[in-house]
Amino acid sequence: MTVATTPSAATLAEVTRSNAALRAFLHGLPGVDKVGADARAATLGTRSIKTTAKALAIDLAISMVDLTTLEGADTPGKVRGLANKALRPDPLDPTCPPTAAVCVYPSMVAEVARVVKGSPVKIASVATAFPAGQASLKVKLDDVRDAVRAGADEVDMVINRGAFLSGRYLEVFEEIVAVKDACGDARLKVIMETGELVTYDNVRRASWLSMLAGGDFIKTSTGKVQPAATPPVTLIMLEAVRDFLAVTGRKVGVKPAGGIKTSKDAIKYLVLVNETVGDGWLDPHWFRFGASSVLNDLLMQRSKMKTGHYSGPDYVTLD
Amino acid sequence: MSIFEYAPAPESRAIVSLKPSYGLFIGGEFVDGSGSFKSISPSSEEVLAEVAEASEADVDRAVAAARKAYEQVWGKMSGAERAKYLFRIARIIQERGRELAVLESLDNGKPIRESRDVDIPLVAAHFFYYAGWADKLDHAGFGASPRPLGVAGQIIPWNFPLLMLAWKIAPALACGNTVVLKPAETTPLTALLFAEICQQAELPPGVVNILTGAGAAGAALVAHPDVDKVAFTGSTEVGRIIARTVAGTNKRVTLELGGKAANIVFEDAPVDQAVEGIVNGIFFNQGHVCCAGSRLLVQESISEEVLESLKRRMSTLRVGDPLDKNTDIGAINSAEQLARIKELTAAGEQEGAEAWSPPCELPSRGFWFRPTIFTGVSQAHRIAREEIFGPVLSVLTFRTPAEAVEKANNTPYGLSAGIWTEKGSRILAVADQLRAGVVWANTFNKFDPTSPFGGYKESGYGREGGRHGLEAYLAH
Repeated sequence: MTVATTPSAATLAEVTRSNAALRAFLHGLPGVDKVGADARAATLGTRSIKTTAKALAIDLAISMVDLTTLEGADTPGKVRGLANKALRPDPLDPTCPPTAAVCVYPSMVAEVARVVKGSPVKIASVATAFPAGQASLKVKLDDVRDAVRAGADEVDMVINRGAFLSGRYLEVFEEIVAVKDACGDARLKVIMETGELVTYDNVRRASWLSMLAGGDFIKTSTGKVQPAATPPVTLIMLEAVRDFLAVTGRKVGVKPAGGIKTSKDAIKYLVLVNETVGDGWLDPHWFRFGASSVLNDLLMQRSKMKTGHYSGPDYVTLD
Repeated sequence: MSIFEYAPAPESRAIVSLKPSYGLFIGGEFVDGSGSFKSISPSSEEVLAEVAEASEADVDRAVAAARKAYEQVWGKMSGAERAKYLFRIARIIQERGRELAVLESLDNGKPIRESRDVDIPLVAAHFFYYAGWADKLDHAGFGASPRPLGVAGQIIPWNFPLLMLAWKIAPALACGNTVVLKPAETTPLTALLFAEICQQAELPPGVVNILTGAGAAGAALVAHPDVDKVAFTGSTEVGRIIARTVAGTNKRVTLELGGKAANIVFEDAPVDQAVEGIVNGIFFNQGHVCCAGSRLLVQESISEEVLESLKRRMSTLRVGDPLDKNTDIGAINSAEQLARIKELTAAGEQEGAEAWSPPCELPSRGFWFRPTIFTGVSQAHRIAREEIFGPVLSVLTFRTPAEAVEKANNTPYGLSAGIWTEKGSRILAVADQLRAGVVWANTFNKFDPTSPFGGYKESGYGREGGRHGLEAYLAH
């Protein structure tokens, strides 16, 4: 636990009583030195993952992918195709693990459910007026209920960045609490849109705020804003979930999303997980990649590991 | 056994082709020495090569070659021409960087990640930096036309073999001096590869001479009447002997000696980065660093949390094969140094401090020591006063900034210090009171050729690096 004034679980309930108390708590968290955090992430980026370790990392990464399509042009056919790919990423190799989930807009949840129902693949849906979050709370909550009713196991919400950046922390907190309530049994992933939060101090504060409000996962980005996930931002979020577990006993997952394109990228993130929080998060239940194109690169690397040669993009499915 | 075990990822040794034996590099060529000794790899105790041992007569020959090169070629050459050679050497170092990094890790025991990402890039950077000064010395602030001193005798330690060579040779040559350099007994090989690079760069014969050997060769070099300047990096004990030897002569001297740096963590520090800084401060290069942050001073109110974080972080340190690209901590450089570390840590336990190391398996051959921290240390303990020069951290606490400064300064050394706080005004106020040549704020062990480096008190005198580093090699 690295919070300077070690809060107990009981005092944590106190800090959400007023905006002033919440602000005092969040601003009392230890600062993040940007140069140091960037340097740590860069050093871990030089780890050399080869042979058996690489094979293991690739399969683990595949099993952690939230295979995502969030386009205006999404069609039921495209979404069904993606869901099938999630079940059998490599149709020619039954030893290839399925992805963790398929992530779509609420209107597509039912389509995904038709394909993956009864399988280990989860259905994730973005909600709360994704990606901008610019709608009334009522509309956001209806969006969430819609998704859950259609069969979503997981809901990816966006926080109110305007309220966060102007210091209205309690407003952000209460919104997350309301969304969590609307989720029912579905797990809630809280998207902080770290590219808009800009500073690492803000990333740490938003992480704690999201966890205090009941988020099951903290997630970097919508994928619609640059920069999306970066290794140092993910490092800071991993430190936050580690410290939150130590204080409260509650474990929260982490999901970097956007900008993870290659197997090399994915493996770098797994190294971050391994050396920051360890085995406890090396599990699709607790760590996810929000990505789409990375899956094909992982599959190509996987077949290279098995066969000794690169197959090329014609041998993986384009969805 | 954790879920994600890293498979071995060894850097290939094939890039290095070592000869079975090496002579002394005098007057631009390798010549036989009087005796010989073996250089071993501290991680496996394997013999890497046989190396000539310089006698007093060899020192004489080398100084004569350097004098001749100084008077006939190098001292007269224009700065712009000298710069061309230095730029050429810098580029060759970059081109042969992988080879130099592998050899450095083999001979010294340091992890390839450090030799590849820190040592060798800094070596090239030093040559580039001082190459740039060679034709601008008139404007360096040491008078209108500063002159070189003549022949420099330089003695370097084993902890950063090639980097210390660069710190010594690059400014000396840029200023128009010629050099006779003695690398450390346990790490002569990259200096010999550097001699080959001098040949490759067609550096005029005698400008750089490299004498391998032990303390006797170094003593003869320091005492030689035709040496105009002595530069030494190493222990305070040997530094004293050198100062005595040159006393009453016209020789100029710079000494860069030991340290017992305080790394001060205030309660408003960025804790996760401070923990990284503590780890980097004491475990970088197995703690074989004169400016290592070997005393952690942590403010009472966060000491438990910092220690807990530090222990957790230390459990992820990877100790082992220096050539494995994932190794964080390599081998202790020599049996002798390992014995000294063991002696001091045993004293620490006897004096009542509590030692802690993460569980880690050490290789059966070679010289190894687990990363270790001592808690419950007081200022009176030997481990808080003497330089251990190994991966051993002494932890002390403080209550007020004034107490931190007092403890930090309460040492005969004064090479470096670290300050961790998010408060800018505190950084400035504390740095002002610390008697240390280098003060790092919210970072540690950062080096750059543009930045001067050197100590207060028993950590030596003179500065190396930056514009200040020119002064030691110029008459003005």
